[in-house]
Amino acid sequence: MADCYVINRELIAMVSIIMGLLYLVLGPLFGGLVTGLDRRISARMQGRFGPPILQPFYDVLKLFEKEQIVVRRSQNVYVYFYLLFIVFTGVLFFMGEDLLLVIFSLTLAAIFFVLAGYKGGSPFSIIGAERELLQMMAYEPMVLMMAVGMYMATKSFYVGDIVTSPAMPIMLLPGIFIGLTYVLTIKLRKSPFDLSTSHHGHQELVKGITTEYSGPALALIEIAHFYEVPFLVGFVFLFFGSHWLLGLLVCAAVYFLEILIDNTFARTKWQFMVAASWVVAAIFGFGNIIILSLLG
Amino acid sequence: MTLAFLIMIQNLVLFLIGFPALAALILAGVPNNNFRNRLVWVFGLIILVVSVVLVVGFGSISSEMLSFHSKALEKVMFYGEWVMSLLILVLSIKHKKLAPLFLVVIQTSLLTWFELGYGHQLEAANNLFVDKLSLVMALIIGVIGSLICIYAVGYMKEFHEKQHPEIKDRRALFFFILFFFLSAMFGIVFSNNLMWLFFFWEVTTLSSFLLIGYKQNEESINNAFRAVFMNLFGGVFFAMAIIYLFLTTNTIELNQMLGLGGLVMLPVVFLSIAGMTKAAQMPFSSWLLGAMVAPTPVSALLHSSTMVKAGVYLLIRVAPLLGGTLAGLLVACVGGVTFIITSFIAISQSDAKKVLAYSTIANLGLIVMCSGIGTPAAIWAAILLVIFHAIAKGLLFLSVGVVEHKLHSRDIESMDNLIIKMPRLAWMLLVGMAGMFLAPFGMLISKWAVLKALVDANPGLTVVLIYGSAATLFFWVKWMGKILAVVQPEKTDETGISRSEWTALYALVTATIAVCLTFPLISRLMIEPFVFGSSTATTILTRGNSLIMIIMMGFVILFRFSLPKKDEGERIVETYLSGLNVDQRNAYSAPLGATKSFISKNYYLSKYFGEKNLSSIGVATSWLIVMLLIGSSLPWLV
Amino acid sequence: MTYLAKSPWIIHYDATSCNGCDIEVLACLTPMYDVERFGIINTGNPKHADIFLITGSVNEQNVKVVENIYNQMPNPKVVVAIGICATSGGIFRECYNVLGGVDKVIPVDVYVPGCAVRPEAIIDGVVKAIGVLEEKHTQMKKGAAKS
Repeated sequence: MADCYVINRELIAMVSIIMGLLYLVLGPLFGGLVTGLDRRISARMQGRFGPPILQPFYDVLKLFEKEQIVVRRSQNVYVYFYLLFIVFTGVLFFMGEDLLLVIFSLTLAAIFFVLAGYKGGSPFSIIGAERELLQMMAYEPMVLMMAVGMYMATKSFYVGDIVTSPAMPIMLLPGIFIGLTYVLTIKLRKSPFDLSTSHHGHQELVKGITTEYSGPALALIEIAHFYEVPFLVGFVFLFFGSHWLLGLLVCAAVYFLEILIDNTFARTKWQFMVAASWVVAAIFGFGNIIILSLLG
Repeated sequence: MTLAFLIMIQNLVLFLIGFPALAALILAGVPNNNFRNRLVWVFGLIILVVSVVLVVGFGSISSEMLSFHSKALEKVMFYGEWVMSLLILVLSIKHKKLAPLFLVVIQTSLLTWFELGYGHQLEAANNLFVDKLSLVMALIIGVIGSLICIYAVGYMKEFHEKQHPEIKDRRALFFFILFFFLSAMFGIVFSNNLMWLFFFWEVTTLSSFLLIGYKQNEESINNAFRAVFMNLFGGVFFAMAIIYLFLTTNTIELNQMLGLGGLVMLPVVFLSIAGMTKAAQMPFSSWLLGAMVAPTPVSALLHSSTMVKAGVYLLIRVAPLLGGTLAGLLVACVGGVTFIITSFIAISQSDAKKVLAYSTIANLGLIVMCSGIGTPAAIWAAILLVIFHAIAKGLLFLSVGVVEHKLHSRDIESMDNLIIKMPRLAWMLLVGMAGMFLAPFGMLISKWAVLKALVDANPGLTVVLIYGSAATLFFWVKWMGKILAVVQPEKTDETGISRSEWTALYALVTATIAVCLTFPLISRLMIEPFVFGSSTATTILTRGNSLIMIIMMGFVILFRFSLPKKDEGERIVETYLSGLNVDQRNAYSAPLGATKSFISKNYYLSKYFGEKNLSSIGVATSWLIVMLLIGSSLPWLV
Repeated sequence: MTYLAKSPWIIHYDATSCNGCDIEVLACLTPMYDVERFGIINTGNPKHADIFLITGSVNEQNVKVVENIYNQMPNPKVVVAIGICATSGGIFRECYNVLGGVDKVIPVDVYVPGCAVRPEAIIDGVVKAIGVLEEKHTQMKKGAAKS
């Protein structure tokens, strides 16, 4: 019995290390491909042909060929740390670590990104940074509620336990699932909530936070976005416990939904974004938690 | 435990209580500023060293009762209480403040009746005691308290000689109160006799009152009276708790009261209310905001790092009795309401000290919430919060104090370019802020633990923490951004900051980082044994998680050193201003040939998170809860 | 072949154009011409851009702006003058406040004449610009290797 337990623990440790390494290598490839597909599908929705699927990679590789220009020499450090902590977050997630730790690490990464915006020092990047902060304030409650809900459903905060739990958390957490899907729009920087960096060339903000970042530094930001995609989608995946196939299908569906929303909604004001996210979190997220705790 | 060992502990404890008071008397008698300043250094360092020696040398003890008796000391306390009451009485009459006068009369007559009537029976077997929690508190008071006193040397010099020549120089009185206050704080954490505890409690109230009124202008006098009024309100509850406890159970000892369990709910509730007034919880929170008129060392020492911690200390003491009861839930709700409302209000504040004050109240709210929950995990989190908050907030207050003297403003909006104007101070502020909410630092660990404790105990209460943390994040990061953003070229000027100020600041920065790196150790040696007893209990953060936090910590420290100093071949260009840049970084060519500069300001969202509306909502809600709390304890009365 | 060719990002600036050429530039982005097929994105930010499209002649009011935008672009970068006004000043070249074509202020690499220019011509100009971009990239690398 004891031997068996030890082997099992070693196996789990090994699997988690392999998952972490796989994420390190495949994470950005997956993120880039999804972004490429995203651009292609968006183009088709707009009646265009769209760029090649590999376009995001071309963009990043091109940015590395460019000269590095800066406003202040210290500014790029914030980007390095943004990337570092995004990768760190993803590795924690794929190694099956504590979900709360994953969220805190993600927050830390996002804060470095915001500080990068402030450091840019132009009106556009500072406004972008402030808006990114508002976005963080908007999605943070729902993301934390997801962790709380997962714990209530599976009795563990560990991603590793959640994805191997026989129960499907979504059966207990439908409200939290809806809420999370809602704020995922913010996190994936999709319209109507793409207030801080404006991927669609909305000109009033120029490029928001990233306005003062160019060449290799911008490439690192793009790579960080690639690294972000797998675990953001992974959050959705968690709702299906050990039903992996179903989980993957729903992840694809949710992502498609996000693209659809991106292409059918105009950008809102931040007031609406914060209020709506908080209300959605309160009704769907917190409501779900209360019902679960009453059911015991 | 050998007798010699016990005597040593007792002597150290008595030294810590007695020495600062003695030092205070000496300092009050020294007319020469320079000589007094030297003495403050010496006395401060002695207190620091002794408190460290006590904790390092005797940290392994679990709980020791000290049956120290002194008739003389009890006489001093009895008359001391009268003198203090008389002082407040006279000052209230002088400034025509009726409310505090009313309370002080009630409180004094209650106690006089009690002591004259039952004085001969008021014998405690053990007047003092030492356990892990009091050691932790003593370390906070000894280290942070003495550092702040040392800081005050330089600060008050600048305060009187450069910044406020119009204010009468009463530094002798100032240091007298400061050291006397330290004495009282040590008294609070080591007292087992509730009468003693109460005496020291009242000393802190009086110190706070006198120090808030230090500037002696109308605003500070009004705020001082508001503070004393609310603290006396708590004091009345404290006195009633003691009297009721004695009349029903014939004891005035803390350990015996805690041993009685649910039988003593009424005194426990009354003590909680006293604790909440001292910890500036929501219906009573306005006094702490008013207290920000005092010189910054006072705000740091009394109103964030130590005195308000006495309030939560009391709550943590009674927390095991609160856990799982209706009263406990209500206490938790008061803490929760306070946390969320004050975190929201902090968003709308641009006065640096006010932001710090609101954040202090919020964090105290979180600690109160944990105490109300009262499960071991929650108490563990509460103690961690006390430690981390005391250090990081002390650092923040002290840095803001210096920045205020240099910029002649404590408006956050005036802190543009601080990172190049005063790089060292800016980094200290950043470390302090990171310490308050960022991932690898202490407060976040505590919040994490609180969240886990809440999910297990009462998932409904998590909502407070979840929304509150989102707000916390917002107001800290925008302040960090303000400091880091460089919108125009500026010269570095960090001169004119005294050695005493730098010493305290550097020591606190080191402490902030050191505590984060060693927190698993602190937890294992000091907190877990206290919370979970001697058994090897389940740790809340597993070793793996602690390890990850430390790795993150390493990365973050790396950050400071990774800032490039020399040219790495980047081309430096101006910021993008739609191509309209003119020479300077933030200047652009406006219509009609004018040259203008852009100004960037932070979001304060005061329409949504305004102080006025939210605080009235918070006060109303929390009064309701406090009323329910008092009501819930009444059945024990009959 | 470098990746510059696969993802040329542009910034478009209207100097003194009558908006005719501007409309045609924007037309390139529409589903009809869809230049994103070639990875071309209109960034609106000089710090992200590789190719600088200017329409209209340069006048006293915007000469500084043109210079600023050009300076704020990271190397390698290419300037494309769109339309006859940008190329030479066009019918406005004798005006009291007009300096002339864009090349009076910054070095122009590709000239796309026309009034207004057809989208096909603009795309053709950008493709030419990509060639110049790659050339500049190799020069830049050589320069870096030398120093």
